[in-house]
Amino acid sequence: MAYSDKVIDHYENPRNVGSLPKGDTNVGTGLVGAPECGDVMKLQVKVNPDTGVIDDAKFKTFGCGSAIASSSLATEWLKGKTVDEALAIKNTDIVNELSLPPVKIHCSVLAEDAIKAAIADYRKKQEEQKGAPVGAHAQPSA
Amino acid sequence: MKLPIYMDYHATTPVDPRVLEAMLPYFTQDFGNAASRNHAFGWAAEEAVEEARQHVAALIGANVKEVIFTSGATESNNLAIKGVAEMYREKGTHLITCVTEHKAVIDTCKKLEKQGARVTYLPVQKDGRISLDDLRAAITDKTILITIMTANNEIGVLQPVAEIGAIAKEKGILFHTDAVQAVGKVPFDVNQAKADLVSLSAHKFYGPKGVGALYVRRRNPRVLLAEQINGGGHERGMRSGTLNVPGIVGLGKAAQIAKQEMATESERLRGLRDRLNQKLHQNLDEIYINGSMEHRLPHNLNISFAYVEGESLLMGINDVAVSSGSACTSASLEPSYVLKALGAGDDLAHSSIRFGLGRWTTEEEVDYVVEKLTSVVRRLREMSPLYEMVKEGIDLSKMQWVTH
Repeated sequence: MAYSDKVIDHYENPRNVGSLPKGDTNVGTGLVGAPECGDVMKLQVKVNPDTGVIDDAKFKTFGCGSAIASSSLATEWLKGKTVDEALAIKNTDIVNELSLPPVKIHCSVLAEDAIKAAIADYRKKQEEQKGAPVGAHAQPSA
Repeated sequence: MKLPIYMDYHATTPVDPRVLEAMLPYFTQDFGNAASRNHAFGWAAEEAVEEARQHVAALIGANVKEVIFTSGATESNNLAIKGVAEMYREKGTHLITCVTEHKAVIDTCKKLEKQGARVTYLPVQKDGRISLDDLRAAITDKTILITIMTANNEIGVLQPVAEIGAIAKEKGILFHTDAVQAVGKVPFDVNQAKADLVSLSAHKFYGPKGVGALYVRRRNPRVLLAEQINGGGHERGMRSGTLNVPGIVGLGKAAQIAKQEMATESERLRGLRDRLNQKLHQNLDEIYINGSMEHRLPHNLNISFAYVEGESLLMGINDVAVSSGSACTSASLEPSYVLKALGAGDDLAHSSIRFGLGRWTTEEEVDYVVEKLTSVVRRLREMSPLYEMVKEGIDLSKMQWVTH
């Protein structure tokens, strides 16, 4: 299986590997995937609560080269985006940027899930800090 | 030292130059059809084929008349299993095999199941070997064949073939063994194994691809096979088709060399394999050997590097040719069924690397692989959320994972 140059570059020089403090209310953590499936991604964002802009993003990934590259790319894209802009990132954007073959599309899906999970975690923490009842927004009205 | 390094000798082996040299005349000069009985070209080819048959027979302790040439072990396995199932249909329709067999055996059994046969797939124990009690319990009065491999292609684990053969003999059941990974590497004798049918392949022991053999016992008992390829009645009617003379000559030469050099070669490789294993264990924590170390081919090592995914590992050692049991390297997206059968957990199957050492593996290469792997595993663990969680004291097995 041949890897695209961009996948190799992210694998060899991963951007933003590391961890942010999980307990920080401005940090959202997303952990998706499962060891028995062969990939687990942890993606974290640190948001400036005043501007809603993502100041920092970090990842750690257990997975194949394409999974590492997808999460590395995701952190690169997240920095400087607002939370709403971040939610607009689609897995197909990652597929196109990294030229992922069909068998690796699940890696990009996982990265999108990780972004969404991290932002959901951040928003939950913000709600809790404001004292709003947990899950106030969990059930949208019909 | 030349890069890339080949350490995947279970997949295939290069042709030994001595083998190639022996084969060459049979392409252009002595190109005759071994079945041409009426001229010198045919006689020369037939003579070469019969000499090769002697070398193969000598390597496995067989009589020359018991060696049938085929296109390789997949064909040998198909012929043995389907040939017995068809020939002994009146006697019974039950076969016994095991879950870690090669696909050439498993898929052949599955095909027979579709045609009405009943197949028992024995589980393996944690060390990769079947339990003889399980085997005895699986036997019924309808059982006609037990097919259990001699050595596994992924984990190199040796099954207790002599004991299996003895049970089969005692019950009057035929015993076939896929001995592809063992023949030419470790001593294998058809009578010691009490085997009635044995599959082997040239390219696994420094012969050419596309040629193999099936041992078919002629006495005590005389094994009959329903032929699976019809035609000119070559190979005592069991395998029609013009003989691949250069390939067969190559198989014979490879067998001759293996017989002469096996003892020294296997000890040399055992030393290198143990060096690889020890050095990796010195450098890295949480690495796990898959399968029995005691009952194992001397040139095989299969290790799981916990918290690191196999394909990303292979990417980091791209100047070393090895295999991984990870899903991502296979078309099926399923991790190795052999490693899953050991019960170690899918996560460890995803983290596994198979090393196969061989005739041209050097100590320098082993040391290079150790250094390279150590640094890649360390780098990937720094990047692994699982490693981080374990270091924080989290029990991964108690986590609620979001499977996808």
